[in-house]
Amino acid sequence: MTRSDVVVTGLGATTPLGGDVASTWDAMLNGRSGVSALTQEWAEQLPVRIAAQLAVDPAIVLDRVKLRRLDRSEAIALIAAHQAWADAGLADARPDGERVGVSIGSGIGGAVTLLAQDDILEASGPRRVSPHTVPMLMPNGPAAWVGLELGAQAGVHSVASACATGAEAIALGLDMIRSGRADVVVAGGTEAVIHPLPIAGFASMRAMSTRNDEPQRASRPWDKGRDGFVLGEGAGIVVLERAEHAAARGARVYARLAGSGITSDGYDIVQPHPEGAGAIRAIEKAIADADVAKSDIVHVNAHATSTPVGDLAEIKALHQALGDHPVLTATKSMSGHLLGAAGALESIATILAIRDGVVPPTINLDDPDDSLDLDVVTNKAREMSIEAALNNSFGFGGHNVALVFTRV
Amino acid sequence: MTRDEITAGLAEILEEVAGVSPDDVAEGKSFTDDLDVDSLSMVEVVVAAEEKFGVKIPDNEVQNLKTVGDAVSYIEAQS
Repeated sequence: MTRSDVVVTGLGATTPLGGDVASTWDAMLNGRSGVSALTQEWAEQLPVRIAAQLAVDPAIVLDRVKLRRLDRSEAIALIAAHQAWADAGLADARPDGERVGVSIGSGIGGAVTLLAQDDILEASGPRRVSPHTVPMLMPNGPAAWVGLELGAQAGVHSVASACATGAEAIALGLDMIRSGRADVVVAGGTEAVIHPLPIAGFASMRAMSTRNDEPQRASRPWDKGRDGFVLGEGAGIVVLERAEHAAARGARVYARLAGSGITSDGYDIVQPHPEGAGAIRAIEKAIADADVAKSDIVHVNAHATSTPVGDLAEIKALHQALGDHPVLTATKSMSGHLLGAAGALESIATILAIRDGVVPPTINLDDPDDSLDLDVVTNKAREMSIEAALNNSFGFGGHNVALVFTRV
Repeated sequence: MTRDEITAGLAEILEEVAGVSPDDVAEGKSFTDDLDVDSLSMVEVVVAAEEKFGVKIPDNEVQNLKTVGDAVSYIEAQS
């Protein structure tokens, strides 16, 4: 049996850069930052008082009663999934639900709901805790809600691999279609944990930028002045489809999801392997799976979160796995780090870079690290023809996921 | 409190919790069949009604409250 080709036929997103894919992509191509100061009272005592907050509040898109029973991560997953579903033309096509799957994860899940309900428990007692608490905080909630609303019956999955979640969810979607379990998979990631506790936790790890007086300059991958990541919130969703299924209904195709590579470091719970050993293997597996040559990968949307150690480990890995030819960008410089949604949003940026023949810039790279010896697009978008591109995602726990997209 | 006042109070709760239009709330209406209030929302309605009307509605009573009128009668008897 020949392996199914898998293509991307729909995109959806709500991010710090825009309430949909078009506005997000426009912001990226124009080098705009989605980071701002946290002006909420609860932020005053925190060492980190900046974040990349959603450009469009979910309350503008979804009705009030529906929002009462959704964690914010679920609400934005639904918004992005409906966008992607409509974008793929599936809202009208109504595919066989038994052939539709969902693979959507979150890095942290419904922590904000958990904390809010704990406040209610402490203040008013157990009877006041919302009966929606469990479906709001359960990690499979976003995937389950999307599956429910789209009528997906081929299986609903929610992977969790910290900051590699979005990419791993897309890789699982690829596997679901190749294995014959589904014709269509709605895949991606979602995250909404801009709350004092997760921020305090990441800040205690010294993982976050404290450039509080210059929010838009805080996320600066590969720059000498980088001092940690900037937390972002958002959701990114792609519709993956068996190529024959897409062709049969005359669907518009953005790109092909040609291959994936997943490895685990087995090295440290939070530190990346200093030589990027797991990352190298993930990239090599993805290239082999995609059946392309190293030299075909002319563009990489890097994981590059703006942390001192991680950014350099990835550069080493790219050298080793690909060579010195790929043109890099780090869109987290603009979007901030969407944790479990990052790999999905950056897959969307990779797909659109292929379709439009243009690489969005890395902003704030004013004084490149001495070890950065690869070509990074800075300040202005660069037009270039892209046959194949790579998206890297790495997560706490030692998760490495590489995805290869190719032009159709 | 009159039955109409209790009905109006329940209508406010139903709008807040489940998005039910106050115009649709009447004593003869079934919570599940007519007003589309699911089991989790019904829990929210009960807790909000306890607070609003200063009554206790034990879980084993909730299953007997099929219609708005049932709830009005129960609250009227308790308050």
